Amino acid sequence: MGETGILAALPMNEFVFFINKGLLAGLIIGSIYALGAVGVTLIAGILRFSHFPHGDMMTAGAFFALILTAIFPTAGALIGLPTPFVLMPIAMAITALFAIGIDRVFYKPLRTANVKPIVIVMASIGVMLMMQGLIRLFAGTEARQMEAGSKDIYKIPFGGRDIVLTEPQLLLILFTAAVVVALHFFLTRSRMGKAMRAMADNADLARISGISTDHVVRTTWIIAGALAAAAGTLLALDVSLKPDLSFNALLPIFAAAIVGGIGKPFGAIAGGLLVGFTETLAVFNWGVLLRPLQPFMPEWLELPQKLAFVPTEYKIVVPFFILIAVLIWRPTGIFKGSLVK
Amino acid sequence: MSLLEMADIHGGYGGANILNGVNISIEADEIGVIVGPNGAGKSTTLKALFGLLRVSQGSIVFNGRPITNFAPEKLVREGLSFVPQEFNVFPTMSVHENLEMGAYIRRDDFRNLLDQVYGFFPPLKDKRKQPAGELSGGQRQMVAIGRALMTEPSLLLLDEPTAGLSPLYMDEIFDRIIAINKSGVGILMVEQNARQALAIAHRGFVLATGRNRFTGTGAELLADPDVAKSFLGGGE
Repeated sequence: MGETGILAALPMNEFVFFINKGLLAGLIIGSIYALGAVGVTLIAGILRFSHFPHGDMMTAGAFFALILTAIFPTAGALIGLPTPFVLMPIAMAITALFAIGIDRVFYKPLRTANVKPIVIVMASIGVMLMMQGLIRLFAGTEARQMEAGSKDIYKIPFGGRDIVLTEPQLLLILFTAAVVVALHFFLTRSRMGKAMRAMADNADLARISGISTDHVVRTTWIIAGALAAAAGTLLALDVSLKPDLSFNALLPIFAAAIVGGIGKPFGAIAGGLLVGFTETLAVFNWGVLLRPLQPFMPEWLELPQKLAFVPTEYKIVVPFFILIAVLIWRPTGIFKGSLVK
Repeated sequence: MSLLEMADIHGGYGGANILNGVNISIEADEIGVIVGPNGAGKSTTLKALFGLLRVSQGSIVFNGRPITNFAPEKLVREGLSFVPQEFNVFPTMSVHENLEMGAYIRRDDFRNLLDQVYGFFPPLKDKRKQPAGELSGGQRQMVAIGRALMTEPSLLLLDEPTAGLSPLYMDEIFDRIIAINKSGVGILMVEQNARQALAIAHRGFVLATGRNRFTGTGAELLADPDVAKSFLGGGE
């Protein structure tokens, strides 16, 4: 380590390590959170309740994709992309219908009866527990691979090292970017998108203007359900599909929606990325970045093997901390959403 | 045939009735003004008319069609339009989008109508892209009224359109209301500013404890010493 020739090359290695394990990892998990948080924030803004089954809706969507993959195992080969990804739009449509069905059976009667908001929140917790049970009942608890075989890996040479990205990860990042653009045009250009914003802004006035509450609610479930399915499928493609996989994403997703401001889809995306990056950088081993500096440090200072803000096992405290910090210091979120109720 | 005929309306928000027999009748192209002390049921009357409150007794006929207890979204299609007193704009949406939301039920090209609304409220034209929540109270009221005009209603309901405005804006809004009425829109409004409102009213309705106390033309009510003594105060 003492020789200057090696030293010149070292920081590049560490930098690429940082890109792979810090920035890209943050972008990947942040994209999942963002896709989930859009649905949570839309439901909270328009239907005015916390949608706790959102994580399980992600898992359900991933299972729909898994079942479709089992039925049409060769669909991906036709286009040269992973089969679950090619079939994902169908899984998104099924999950959207499923979400509308859940609303019809459980939430709509409560809305019609004009119950207090807390009652719908309780119903939402009930639906969450029910969905978790159903998923375990039909799928068991073991982890599954979405697709047999190994994933394509892309290596981008960078300063003598490789920036590494798997195909599912690349697809996830591209898909999230496409969603951001599509959502922007939908919400600012289309009649229904504007009606959704109007209803989130002032539900009574929207009704007075003749905007059909039912249509807006249905569209909200379609978007939330479809994006949840996409997030679940892409997350499962990246790692593996476990019944509790997306449930673990619930808290970060809620943190993302609240950080971004309730009712603000773009805030949710920014919040998702923020929570994703914070979480990743909190467990990132900063020791690696400091190691090149070792020769300049005093002799007695020994760099530990692992130097992270938070041990990996305690990753979940990060979104918790963000959530509490935002609730205390900026309850409307960074983009001035409605007050958290 | 009158444009609007509310006969013997009773109703409330559950519990005791607030309306105990209100009668309102106005012809097409008229301005009707509802005045009265606090708690007389003025705003409640508009809400009952616009389906925001259950009518337990009495009938509402609009353009010859019974509309009692119709839902607001249905009444909009019948040609009624309502401007609530508060929270009457979409605050994070631009002025232009607010007007577009007013035209939500229309499937036709409404660009002419947009121009007409900007014609009524020239200050809005410069602020088209600004979020409505960032405008001054008077301009927000203009957006609210403009939004309601986008359906080309035959009757526009205004709940205290000048509440909380500076005298300058108050005159401006009254001017605009007269102009809108001259363009062929019937108006039924609740006003705290009883004198000024009755002065522009074709018909006035003085309510107290949920029923009509005096009914007449605006001029008649202004000239009536009893009305003046009990409801209009001494001077202004």
